[in-house]
Amino acid sequence: MPRALPYLLLLPASLFLLVFFFYPFGLVIVESLTRGGEWTTENFSRMTGHWKFSSAFWNTIWLTAIVVPVQLVMALTMASVVQKLKTGRSGLLYIFAIPLGISDLAAGLIWLAIFEQSGFLNSILHAMGVVDQPRLFLGYQSIWVIFLAVCLAEIWRATAIMMVIIVAGMGLIPKEYNEAAEVFGATRWQRFTKVTLPLLRPSLQTALILRILMAFEVFAVVVALGGTTLPVLMGETFQWQFQLQDRGVAAAYAMVILGLSVAFSLVVLRLLHVPKGARI
Amino acid sequence: MSDVTRPAPRQEDVGRAGRFLFRAGIGLLVLWVLVPIWFLFVNALSAPSEVTSFPKRLWPSFDMASLQFFWNFQGVTRALWNSVKVAVLTMILSIGMGAPAGYALSRFDFPGKEFFRVLVIMTRAFPLPLLALPLAVMFIRTGLDDTVLGLALVHAMLALPFAVLITYSLFSGIPVELEEAAWTLGCTRFQAFVKVVLPLALPGIAASAVFAFVISWNEVFAAAVLTIENRTLTAFLLQSLNVSPLPLKFAGGAALVLPALIFIFAVRKYLFAMWGIANR
Repeated sequence: MPRALPYLLLLPASLFLLVFFFYPFGLVIVESLTRGGEWTTENFSRMTGHWKFSSAFWNTIWLTAIVVPVQLVMALTMASVVQKLKTGRSGLLYIFAIPLGISDLAAGLIWLAIFEQSGFLNSILHAMGVVDQPRLFLGYQSIWVIFLAVCLAEIWRATAIMMVIIVAGMGLIPKEYNEAAEVFGATRWQRFTKVTLPLLRPSLQTALILRILMAFEVFAVVVALGGTTLPVLMGETFQWQFQLQDRGVAAAYAMVILGLSVAFSLVVLRLLHVPKGARI
Repeated sequence: MSDVTRPAPRQEDVGRAGRFLFRAGIGLLVLWVLVPIWFLFVNALSAPSEVTSFPKRLWPSFDMASLQFFWNFQGVTRALWNSVKVAVLTMILSIGMGAPAGYALSRFDFPGKEFFRVLVIMTRAFPLPLLALPLAVMFIRTGLDDTVLGLALVHAMLALPFAVLITYSLFSGIPVELEEAAWTLGCTRFQAFVKVVLPLALPGIAASAVFAFVISWNEVFAAAVLTIENRTLTAFLLQSLNVSPLPLKFAGGAALVLPALIFIFAVRKYLFAMWGIANR
């Protein structure tokens, strides 16, 4: 009995993973490669043939490429600031962590309150005398403003998750390492780049993988701020599934997102590889 | 004369300037997080006519008409109730399956342990909301489509990896010796677990349950794909984005944000401990 006990305890979770993780992913792969019961690549050619595909693809990539590095720097800054603080630490951490609990849809609506035509950005610009009439920021004539608003909303929303992981990771680094570097005359910046950052690699791995995946899944923020004016991969998946009722092409989009996610996870794992002996 | 009276910047002046910059930086970061949320609540707590007027005030008029309009809007109360039901079910499912698995991982050494652990971690390298696409078909076959339970199962899949890893770390933090002492005093394994381990682990388990609740409460994509009649609040807001007036959007956004704020506050102590271990 005792030998079977751990397996019994793992059984519900394992069965659940099997039914709701492996099986559906198998299904989605099959669905992307079949059409009317026959094996074909037509779903993919339909997807790439649609005029929105390349802009959806590149919008998603550019969004990730801009947002993630900014967030990494901000999260590292926030974490370092919090580390140095002696009083008010937990209060500040809570404030920094607030966006962690806010859904992407709510974050989109929050930034809509700022960017819409009668919104706060226009009101502030008006009060400063920059504009006398409210300007339309989120129209289809100015897609780059929508892009910028989405970037800001994403940076605002998802920096917290990286910050929390990095703060937790910094807590695991023994103080002695930094103190030793200080004794040998390392400046604060040197200590950060030569001691803290290398020791932080496991946390950076987790933070980056989680965050890059979230960036590829960007959806509700974009819909809230720009409707379908700014196409992204997840939004197109939703469109094909619902408006166009074509599950095959939706599955093909899902495969693209899946492929990107796995590829970038592997890149991050490789870049920030920590040899077994070098772990704390 | 003036050259004489102007002293060179002394060490302590530089220190003071540095401290000022540090404080100002903290202030800016705090404003960056809080001001957008403030704007959303200003909109939610103003009358609909004020929300669409220009220029806007930066202070709410505490007129409840927007919120009333939202509350009385067709389908809102039902969507709210659905959100609560799905989130509670998600909580029960993910902790119910995750906690036993976490306990098994922390207390036993058995062949396949590492395999299971890596499997759970690996699920995070996949864009899980996409699971909703193939599951939509599966649910139609099994009659789970458009039900609270069906959506809760998908959300439980999102929350399960976290539940396993968090409870794993929780149980690992409770010394095995306490349990062994209970055994020598005549407790069975089950009694020892209920009387010794559970009371110690309960606050942490509650925190991870709250975390599961928030994951479900905030989820947009799967909810929008899998529900038609029984929409959750996020799905409802998303589907009505291009037809609903601004006051409804902002009141809905505030309704999404408020519980999340409270929940994150409730689990703030555990946030960092949870993520610290989730790194491994």
